[in-house]
Parts: sequence; C-alpha cells; structure tokens
Amino acid sequence: MAQAEQALKVKSSGRFWRRLKLLTESPIGVAGAMLVLFWVFVAIFAPWLAPYDPNANNYEALADPLPNDMFLLGTDNQGRDILSRIIWGSRTVLIVAPVATFCAYVVGCILGLLSGYYRGWVDSVISRLADILLSFPAIVLYILIIMRLGPSAINVIVAVIFVASPQIIRIVRGITLEQRELDYVTAAKMRGESAIYIMLVEILPNTRGPLIVDSCLRMGYTTIQIGVLGFLGLGLPPPDPDWGGMVQETYSMMSTWPHMSLYPAIAISSLVVGFSLLADGLREISLRD
Amino acid sequence: MGAFAARRLAALIITMMVVSMLIFAAFEWTPGQVASKMLGPFATPEQVELLTEQMGLNRPAPVRYIEWVGNVLKGDLGYSTYFKTDVNNIIWDRLGNTLLLASIAFAIIVPCSIIFGVAAGMREGSKLDRTISVLSIVTTSVPEFASGVFLATIFVIILEWLPGASTLESGGDWSIASQLVLPVAVMVLFDLGYVVRMVRAAMVDVMMKPYIRTAVLKGLGFRKVVLGHALRNAMVVSLTVILLQINYLVAGVVVVETIFAYPGFGHMILESALSKDTATVEAATLIIVLIVVITQIAGDLGYMWLNPRIRFK
Repeated sequence: MAQAEQALKVKSSGRFWRRLKLLTESPIGVAGAMLVLFWVFVAIFAPWLAPYDPNANNYEALADPLPNDMFLLGTDNQGRDILSRIIWGSRTVLIVAPVATFCAYVVGCILGLLSGYYRGWVDSVISRLADILLSFPAIVLYILIIMRLGPSAINVIVAVIFVASPQIIRIVRGITLEQRELDYVTAAKMRGESAIYIMLVEILPNTRGPLIVDSCLRMGYTTIQIGVLGFLGLGLPPPDPDWGGMVQETYSMMSTWPHMSLYPAIAISSLVVGFSLLADGLREISLRD
Repeated sequence: MGAFAARRLAALIITMMVVSMLIFAAFEWTPGQVASKMLGPFATPEQVELLTEQMGLNRPAPVRYIEWVGNVLKGDLGYSTYFKTDVNNIIWDRLGNTLLLASIAFAIIVPCSIIFGVAAGMREGSKLDRTISVLSIVTTSVPEFASGVFLATIFVIILEWLPGASTLESGGDWSIASQLVLPVAVMVLFDLGYVVRMVRAAMVDVMMKPYIRTAVLKGLGFRKVVLGHALRNAMVVSLTVILLQINYLVAGVVVVETIFAYPGFGHMILESALSKDTATVEAATLIIVLIVVITQIAGDLGYMWLNPRIRFK
C-alpha cells in the first residue's frame, strides 16, 4: 500500500520533469525557451541591469548619438540611452502581453464553455457575436477600439480581449461539444453536480492540451500586436519605453541614425521568435505523448 | 450549391447590418461628440449645440442610423474631415493602390507557399522539412515593422539599391516598380511562413493516407506520387488558408503602408482614425468587412468545388 502510494507520488511529480526532459530533446523548443527566459530575466532585474534612467535626456549625447563606451547601444533622438530603454521596455511588453493574453483566455474559456455546454440559443448568440468580431481584420479592430477608448495599457488589454477571445471561444466550444457527450460528464450529472462545476472542474481541464500550444503562439502574436500598436502611435502614451513606440519615434531618422530603430526591432523580434519556437517545441511534445 | 450560396448571401447581409450598427453605436451614438470633435477643443457649448442642430444630430439615434445606412447604400459615404473632401474621392484610389500591392504579394505567396509547403511536407522530418519549418517560424515571428527596419537598413542605407519611401510619385530618382519592392518583400516575409506551414501540414496529412502507400507500392515514381496523387488533395485543405490571406493582404497592410508612407487603404484608415475622421473610418471599415466576408464565402465555395464529397447543410 505504502509502496503503491510512493509509486503514485513519483509518477505525478515525475510528470512535470518528464515533460521538461522531453522539451530538452527538442533543440528548437530549448532555443525558444532560452530566448524567452533571457527576456524574463532582463525584465525582472531591469532596475539593476539598466545603466541609466530610461527617460533621462542627455543633451550632450544628441551631438553624437552613435554607440560608444558610455552608451553601449547609443542614444535616441532625445538623448536617452537606448540600452536602458530596451531593458525597461522588456518589462512593459512582458507585463502587458501575458496579462492581456490571460484576460482573453478567461473571457474565451467562459464563453466557449457556455456555448458548447448549453448549445441552443446561448450557443447561437455567442457564436454569431464571435463570427462578427472575426470578420473584422485584427488590425482594423485594434485601431477602432483604441480610437474609441484612447491609448493606454488598460485599453490595449481590452483590445486584445476583443481580438483574441473569439478564436479562443471557437477552440473551447469545439472541445466542449465533444466532451459533453462523454461518460464522465454524464457521471457528474448523475452525481448531481452543478453545471458550473461540470464546466470548470470536469470539462475545462480537458481543453488544456490544445490550449497550451495555442497560448504560447498567442503570447508571441500578442507581443507582435502590442509592438505594432506602439509603432502606429496607438500603444502606451510616452515617455515610458515600449519597443514598438521606440521604433515609431525614430524610424523617420533611419537614413542618418539606423541604430535608433534597429536595436528595439531586434529586441522585439527575438522575443517573438522565442515564443514561436517554444510553441513549436511544446507542440512536438504534445504530439509524442 | 445554389441554396448554400443563397444562405451565405443572407448571412452576409445580416453580418453587414450588425457590423454597421456596431460602428454607428461606437462612433455616432452620442451626438454632442461629433460636433465637438469637428469644432475642436476651444468651441463654446453654444457653438457645439448650434452645429449639432444644424447637422440634425439631435434627432433620435435610430433615425440617424437609418439615414446613414440609406446614404451609404446610395453611394454617399459622407465628408472626410481629415482629407477635406468627399470620402468617395479618396477611398477608391487608396483601395486601388492597396490592391496593387496585395495582388503582387499574393502572386508571389501562392506559388512559393505551395512549392515550399509540398517540398517540406512530402518527407516529414527530413532535413529539408526541418529547415523550411524553422525558417518559416522565424520569418512569421518577426513583426512587419521590424522586418521593414531590417530590410531598409540593408537595401536602403547600406546598399542604396532601393528607396526608403514608396509614395508612388513618379518623376523622382526611383521608378514606381522599385518603390514596390520593399513593401511587397515585407508582406511576403511576414505572411509566407504561415501559409507554408499550413500547406506542409496538409501535405503531411495526405502523405500518410493509404492510397499514397498503394501508389508507392505499385512502383510509381516518388515524383509522380507527389505531383499526381498527393498534390490535389493537399490543395483542397490549403485553398481556404490561401484565400484567407487576401484578408491580411488587403487589411493587414496598415503597418507596411505606414513604414513606407505608401498611399494605401490601411494607411488611410490609420490616418483618419488618428485624426478622428469618423466618416472615413466608418466607410473604410464597412468596405473591409465586406471584402473579408466575401473572401470567406469564396473560400467555402472553392472548397466545395474541389471536394465534391463535402455537402454543406
């Protein structure tokens, strides 16, 4: 008995490590995880890593903004240290993107579960609304929402919810439609469990397979979108650094000072590539299981 | 198929109605906003009230909505406060410019995605497959404004081969054709990887089917199996994905057009949104949603045509 319990314990705690070990077998997944972890590290330790205040203007640097010993990546059009702004900018994107993606998942999962579990008119209303939101091109929907609400971190999150949740609703609805016919759901009904309990405790955990890969891809996608909003002048209001905004402020000066746009562009690309490679590694593992 | 098309057409009309209501509710429900936006921040409340009354904005919202929809259906899209002309004078030229960009990019993406997707998917896990897959993940992950910056650094600043702005004005140092290269390149880079992965996935799926094994076992050459047997069935699934790229190419080009100052539809939406030019934004949104929905219907019909086994209820 004790042995069986021991074995069970080993099995359940081993699951996580086994998956981690599986991930190390995919070099692409490892490369992605390293890139993402690098930026997470930078974001957490930004106050210690950044050599200068990201919003401090050094007017002497305006004469020669190119990278030098004092400013390793040079300074921007307002004499601000680009390295410090990139380091602090990682915080902006690594807070806004996960929070926005998470909120979109909460909304998408709830509506997807309701629509797949109850079917009928609930499903019709939710699915129609999702279809209508999906018929807007994402970027146009972003522009409309930010134009209506004004640019701020909260409104960027609201916009991400509107753009991303319809797709999540579709995925969750599909899985729920399938799962609700299975025996374990019938058993839960016979036990007299409430509908909320069945949806959240019985069905939701079974959607995690497709959702884990999707969430990783979506994080990368949301990072792109936040960068794009910054680039279009619809992101966070200045002066706090965000990578897209840094490119927007300086790309008209590219012919003279390409470094000002180049470094933030490299930063955002490396983070998104990290998310995508990690998602690919995770997908490979989920196929093998 | 006729009944199916009719049903989709009805759905199209309903979608457009709901979308127009949403747009109207978002931007024109409260009448005071429109007048105060037009008059600017220094207008007195009396001026705002007077203009509101002159424009008939104090009437109930449903009446104004019906009037607006009526005008749009008659072809009157309103007056653009940003471009200082009728929306009709600006919107169609811009749409034409964007369609030019989109069709060149589409003409490159379709054959390339099929070639790379089939090459990668015909032998799953081969070296070629892995190379193409990783490359397409990387190119799709680089945001357009970043790849715009990279390409401009290489081809505009270092090599000086191409112009950095694509304003479509002839007579300068750069021909129209040279101005189109970089915007198209950015669009293709960003979009191609995604389509390649979809075609590859469809191809991998088909190659595992029993009829392919039969074809190989009866001694058919690999080339013939891929081109004669697998390709058509892989295309059935890929067609929808490929057609849906039209949406990205027409609507998603906001960023590309902004980087290169290209006078297109997406750049117009952004400019008018930033300056709160409601009439232009509303008209542009209606047109873009119409294009999206029509492409979706075309995708479904094409899917049916290629695969007669599918019967839509």
